[in-house]
Amino acid sequence: MQRLEEIWITVSVGILIVFMIIVGYQTFALGMGPPSHKEVIDPQKVDTTAPFNNPGIKEIGDNEFEVVMTLQAFGFTPNSIELPVGAEVHFTMTSKDVTHGFQIPGTNINAMVMPGHIQKISHTFTKPGEYLVICNEYCGIGHQAMSTTITVK
Amino acid sequence: MIQTKPNDSHKELHDEKSLKGTLFSVGVLAAVIVVMWVTVFWIYMDRV
Amino acid sequence: MEQTLRETIRNNPKKILGVNPNDAKVSLSYLTVAFVSLLIGGILGMLQGLERAGLIQLPSWLNYYQVLTAHGLLLLVVFTATFTIGYQYANLSHSFGGLLSKVRKLAWIGFALMLIGVVMVTVMIVLNEASVLYTFYPPLAAHPIFYIGLVFVVLGIWACCFGVFINYRYWRKNHPGQTTPILAFFAMGVFILWFFASIGVTIEVFTLIPWSMGLVETTNVMVGRTLFWWFGHTLVNIWYLVATSAWYVIVPKIIGGRHFSEKLIRLVIILLVILNIPGGFHHQIVDPGISQSVKFLHVFMSLSIAVPSLMTAFAMFFVLERTGRKLGGKGLLGWLKKLPWGDVRFLAPMIAMISFIPGGAGGIVNTSNQLNQVIHNTMWVVGHFHITVGVSVVLTFFGICYWLIPYLSKRQLTPKMNKIGVIQTYVWTVGMALMAGSMHIVGLLGDPRRTSDTTYGGHEIAVSWIPYEMVFAIGATLLLIGVIIQVYAVFNMMFFAPKGHTEFPVAEPEDDATPAPLWTERWGLWIVLLIAVISMAYVVPIVDMILNAPPGSPPIRTW
Repeated sequence: MQRLEEIWITVSVGILIVFMIIVGYQTFALGMGPPSHKEVIDPQKVDTTAPFNNPGIKEIGDNEFEVVMTLQAFGFTPNSIELPVGAEVHFTMTSKDVTHGFQIPGTNINAMVMPGHIQKISHTFTKPGEYLVICNEYCGIGHQAMSTTITVK
Repeated sequence: MIQTKPNDSHKELHDEKSLKGTLFSVGVLAAVIVVMWVTVFWIYMDRV
Repeated sequence: MEQTLRETIRNNPKKILGVNPNDAKVSLSYLTVAFVSLLIGGILGMLQGLERAGLIQLPSWLNYYQVLTAHGLLLLVVFTATFTIGYQYANLSHSFGGLLSKVRKLAWIGFALMLIGVVMVTVMIVLNEASVLYTFYPPLAAHPIFYIGLVFVVLGIWACCFGVFINYRYWRKNHPGQTTPILAFFAMGVFILWFFASIGVTIEVFTLIPWSMGLVETTNVMVGRTLFWWFGHTLVNIWYLVATSAWYVIVPKIIGGRHFSEKLIRLVIILLVILNIPGGFHHQIVDPGISQSVKFLHVFMSLSIAVPSLMTAFAMFFVLERTGRKLGGKGLLGWLKKLPWGDVRFLAPMIAMISFIPGGAGGIVNTSNQLNQVIHNTMWVVGHFHITVGVSVVLTFFGICYWLIPYLSKRQLTPKMNKIGVIQTYVWTVGMALMAGSMHIVGLLGDPRRTSDTTYGGHEIAVSWIPYEMVFAIGATLLLIGVIIQVYAVFNMMFFAPKGHTEFPVAEPEDDATPAPLWTERWGLWIVLLIAVISMAYVVPIVDMILNAPPGSPPIRTW
């Protein structure tokens, strides 16, 4: 192998290792890893299984909220959520039918919501405004209409 | 004239085996990797 | 003289006789199907671009999601598979001095099986019985015939895999102590990877058939998704391996140089084959049901696939610089000017290689764990695979056409056709740069993929995406023009170009090169390592998904 090639491989692999250290540190030391909740649920009995039998917004602390949400073709329950500025929100979600996505453009909220699985993701809404919430996984003929808003004021 | 000629061909031979262009090119490649990654990382941190 | 001539005829008859017409027929048939699918897939692609930009509204009998499903399957499965088989079988025939007749028969069986499969799948999509997109994630349930069609396609590919394995074994048996020609070695890598990649999706499809027929009530959606990506991402790397076979072996010959150290080329192939399959997990970084430690293991495994590609980048620049300097290039980058930019057989794969720089870099971003939350299921991903598959792979394939097709049809590449090819390459490059570039940017702004209309009632963030979507439409239109030129060029070279002799451009090693080591031919060992890597990656998560599975999902039709 060329000496120059050895140097190149060492440097470039070094860059990849630095990337891994950064994301690894954030994931395991700062708890910033991707949404990976592992609870399961019967996808055909979502409406009768707690907490999804009562979807909605609950204040669980000082400006801290839990939003229990169900997704189904082609909407979110609850929809048109209103929250105060600075609210720390924990979304707990599942799907009642096919695989959906949960994305809020302009934030890091981006998670798959699948039937049979409970997904969780958190975000602190520091800026006021009307946030767009969309399904970003194809879920059927009305997929493009599957959206709602979160108003923060 | 006669004295410079071997020098020239030596230089040419050296130039023919040179790999500084390769080194430069992979450097550009590494820069693209880093710039793209850092841009998205910056967007991620901005949205936390 | 007599002796050597006879020896040449025995060992390497194609040198004198040109391509075996029976082998040429196999390759040309596959290439014909490839470019017919490219034409249809390209038209569908433009329709999507226009609808997405809000310029047209597709009728209800041919809606956006039908078009998207067909575009994905025709281009990502049919075009790439048939082109790959046509090209790889030509490489094999050239390297081995002709195919065995039973191998040719297998290729024809594969051809028939794939055609049957493609017809079944296409009819179901057209009838709107299978608007499940290229990924067909359960519990979206298509008509059973859609899945059965997919089985036929896979069986066809397997027939071609076995053909390659049989011919390889035969050649090795008759050439003890010799290493196979490098293009045949590439073919082995491609087809072994293909075989093991398709096992995952085959298991998935076999569970979906009885489920879609109503014989089984529910299915495990998480396992299905995971098995799909076992195949889905490996497929990407199969195309990439096919493209690199041309980068390493064909391009150096066309520019008048020698190929890189064969030992290192073989090492890259072996690494790509062994490391590849676990890469699929980075499509599931924001999925529920997979623990963060498993995800992080796969960040490592996905990034390790970058290593052979980084080696390839070095090797390519090395060969280009060596050749350019030999041709008189001076200074830091003078060698670049000496390369034959006016020759489409070089220009197209060269732009393909350059586009792999942002393509590969984007891939590193995608797999970087939580950074995936910024781009997952946004248009960024669509931009990413349009520069990787759509340029790095497809433009290499296009470049190959300009020597492979005249070679197979015993015709010539005329200067005029070369010029058409150069124009095609620029049209394609500009089209993709506009489309994929704007897709990357608007993806970072949150624009979702796979959505027919993203106006969302005029929400301000959705409004900010519209200018970029207009650029998609311009890019997509240019790309359709590119497709039409390419399809014209292919069929012209197949049937109408002037008769003549075209060389099969295979580069030679450097004069002082050491021969390739024989241990690289130990495919049994590489397969064991491949299986070991798959097991490391998949056994724990899949067992977890099955043992801790929720009650399954029934088939659902939401279109």
